[in-house]
Amino acid sequence: MAQLKNEMKFEFISKSANESFARATVAAFVAQLDPTISEVADIKTAISEAVTNCIVHAYKNGLGTIYISVKIFENGQVIIKIRDKGCGIENISQAMEPLYTTGGAERAGLGFAVMQSFMDNIKVTSKLEKGTTITLTKNIIPRVTKNGQ
Amino acid sequence: MVEVKIIKDGESASALIKGDIDHHTAKEIREQIDAYVQDNQIKLLNLDFSQVQFMDSSGIGLIMGRFKMMKLLMGSVKVINVPSHLKRIIKLSGLLSLGVIEKGEV
Ligand SMILES: Nc1ncnc2c1ncn2[C@@H]1O[C@H](COP(=O)(O)OP(=O)(O)OP(=O)(O)O)[C@@H](O)[C@H]1O
Ligand SMILES: [Mg+2]
Repeated sequence: MAQLKNEMKFEFISKSANESFARATVAAFVAQLDPTISEVADIKTAISEAVTNCIVHAYKNGLGTIYISVKIFENGQVIIKIRDKGCGIENISQAMEPLYTTGGAERAGLGFAVMQSFMDNIKVTSKLEKGTTITLTKNIIPRVTKNGQ
Repeated sequence: MVEVKIIKDGESASALIKGDIDHHTAKEIREQIDAYVQDNQIKLLNLDFSQVQFMDSSGIGLIMGRFKMMKLLMGSVKVINVPSHLKRIIKLSGLLSLGVIEKGEV
């Protein structure tokens, strides 16, 4: 197990104005690992997907709290958890299929596909009427390797 | 933060989107564009992405939604000037098969 470098947690109510706040906050914290612009963009996109799902799906009938925790490790690994106490997902593998959506005409059904493609690993746990936790992992490549030294 | 600038040329209009596209801003963008298209009887809608800094799958939903709307109005939509940092998400979306993006764009 790699050595923990730093850890943070924050929570906020499920207002859509907080989508940009959440992704910017995680990006600012992860900056300690000296990621590339494209690694930061990947993480911001995945956070935006997970947080939007909490707002649009988990708490579709009202406001709730969204919880985010971020751990960064000395070896460059980032582990992010996004948790809601909303409606839960009945069938996780169906929900994760590309183009599957319960969100209507303005949703593409691609959020999970984007998280899967932009991060190195995704784990989803959910319980109906209790809520959902998304765990996203990304390995930031240390700079020395990036520079080819 | 987002801003939409729409310029009309006959029956076509170009909507320049400046800023980030997420679920929050997509609503505002959608409302502005849809009202303009309907008020001005637009047949060809160009979505200019050259000044989009960030976009998640809400941006894909925005494009698909405009595609459906323009089809209902017997018109069409084209996404133009896709910046390189958005190419991956656009490729992943399958939007290329809808014909709203020229092959050379991504
Ligand atoms: N946190 C959540 N709580 C409850 N249901 C969820 C949650 N996240 C996702 N879902 C369910 O999984 C489906 C697929 O999610 P996904 O993010 O892939 O697509 P979408 O949100 O519907 O569309 P898009 O992300 O492209 O706007 C959703 O339509 C919803 O039914
Ligand atoms: Mg989604």
